[in-house]
Amino acid sequence: MKALSALPIGVFFGIVLVKSEVASWFRIQAMFRFQEAHMYLVMSAAVVVGLISVQIIRRLGIVSLAGPISYENKDFTWGTVIGGAIFGIGWAITGACPGPVYAQVGSGEAMALATFAGVFSGAYLYAWLQPRLPH
Amino acid sequence: MKIVLSPWPWYVAGPMIGLVVPLLLLTVGKPFGISSSFRHLCSLALPGSRLHYLNQHDWRRETWNLLFVGGIAIGAALGAQFHSAEPVLLLPDHYSGLSGIVRLFLGGLLVGFGTRYADGCTSGHSIMGISSLNWPSLVATLSFFAGGLLVIHVVPGLWVVGSAP
Repeated sequence: MKALSALPIGVFFGIVLVKSEVASWFRIQAMFRFQEAHMYLVMSAAVVVGLISVQIIRRLGIVSLAGPISYENKDFTWGTVIGGAIFGIGWAITGACPGPVYAQVGSGEAMALATFAGVFSGAYLYAWLQPRLPH
Repeated sequence: MKIVLSPWPWYVAGPMIGLVVPLLLLTVGKPFGISSSFRHLCSLALPGSRLHYLNQHDWRRETWNLLFVGGIAIGAALGAQFHSAEPVLLLPDHYSGLSGIVRLFLGGLLVGFGTRYADGCTSGHSIMGISSLNWPSLVATLSFFAGGLLVIHVVPGLWVVGSAP
């Protein structure tokens, strides 16, 4: 069960999401209102570390404990722009992107269960509408 | 201890979030991404679905992702209960009662639909995608901010967004 190592990595990520307040509605509001740089700096620093490590791992052809690494390059579709903007609207309303939804529920925010139910239903709505949407 | 108990600054939190990318690549061999977990959950909860997007998808091959998001909830519980001096407030007071439930559900609906349509969220596109130098992920990230800034600045006073902090 190599998949099991994802659990402690998730625990680590959950602690960071709460301790950095990335999972806080207030931080997301302050980000969209340009009131503080916190979120922009967190995301930029995360991308710098991510970029360096992905480039090293990829260029040296390093394999994982579970075998060859599966990289997926996401395609550009209408969904990239339309779906992306729809997500952004929901992000501003709920103060949570998908990771923080799990973090808010885990931290004991009862109201976040409404967000969770919404995201689940939204994913189902997409599954239902997918054949009719432009891609 | 004060450093552990107070909110962490960006130069600590940011690199730690970035570190999740190589950790997942080197252990499970998978790219960092979270919104796809909701597709797995839909497939898992609705095994008899006739929808192509759900029945042509084997969530059992993505168990790592469900373990990962379960870990996020556990980690958040640990961070909120045992490592914080003051109670952690993640949602504002005005998101309470039935009106709060409706707003958060509707906002969540847009998050779930939008991230699946865009094939990724802040983790899969903004962090993993950009780290892989995948240009559609940069377009996706700009679209996320276009949507968020639109609803905050262009249509303020919208009932679902609520009052300014």
